[in-house]
Amino acid sequence: MINRLSVATIWVTDQNEALRFYTEKLGFEIRADVKNGDYRWLTVGVSSQPDLEYHLEVVKPGVLFSAEEADMLTRLVQAGKISAGPWKTDDCQQTYETLLARGVEFVQPPTDRPYGIIEAIFKDNSGNTMVLAQDKPRRKS
Amino acid sequence: MLRDTWMKGTPHKQLRMARLLLDEQFDTPIRIDDLSRQVALSPFYLIRAFRHVYRQTPHQYLVARRIARAKDLLRDSDMSITEICAAVGFESLGSFSSLFRRDAGLSPRAYRLSSRPTATPGYIPLCALRLYGIDEESES
Repeated sequence: MINRLSVATIWVTDQNEALRFYTEKLGFEIRADVKNGDYRWLTVGVSSQPDLEYHLEVVKPGVLFSAEEADMLTRLVQAGKISAGPWKTDDCQQTYETLLARGVEFVQPPTDRPYGIIEAIFKDNSGNTMVLAQDKPRRKS
Repeated sequence: MLRDTWMKGTPHKQLRMARLLLDEQFDTPIRIDDLSRQVALSPFYLIRAFRHVYRQTPHQYLVARRIARAKDLLRDSDMSITEICAAVGFESLGSFSSLFRRDAGLSPRAYRLSSRPTATPGYIPLCALRLYGIDEESES
């Protein structure tokens, strides 16, 4: 039976720029980087989660997308209409400050939510909207 | 029409041989004149036909092979960047660094720092190859 997810796709507008963002700003590690002609299978991951990687897939016209479809998806990504996450952290405030100092653009600072989490929202350099979440300890009943 | 006519005469056997030679000798200072002699095609025709079939010139293919090997060595070896540069066939550290950065998006040093050593060789999943219409046989 299926027992876990191994790869998730994040649509990006430029793979090299995305790689710089995810490694240098977010601190992710490179997992796979294989080329076949123009096609580049590029994945990154979080060191504490070795069995899940994120495929940084560039949006461009070709076999998969027509020029119109690629343009539409690019505009959706750039407009922040596509999201990934939530990314989990043990300390939302500290992670927020670290990422902010590295130049990551936040659209919402850490905010205490009534549904049990502290969450912030940032954007990657393609425009994807990312939620950064910290679980709050549950009250014993 | 012209394109179809040209394709009929494409020397696939020699092109496969040229690609095989590049795969086997990428870490040596291979020249287009030598390569074209070995596959019995003129340099001009080899470049044109190779690009037509593999969507990149022999030189681009060679550089890609070298960079791919350099990525493996940066990730999985303790060799210095200068040693890796020489081991994959580059004669100048400057051009290696510049080409590497253009290809990978990071400098060799940053790439090494960000990479996780791999237990198995990297590969493109079959689903992605099929989704993008990539020839499974030609995966490099």
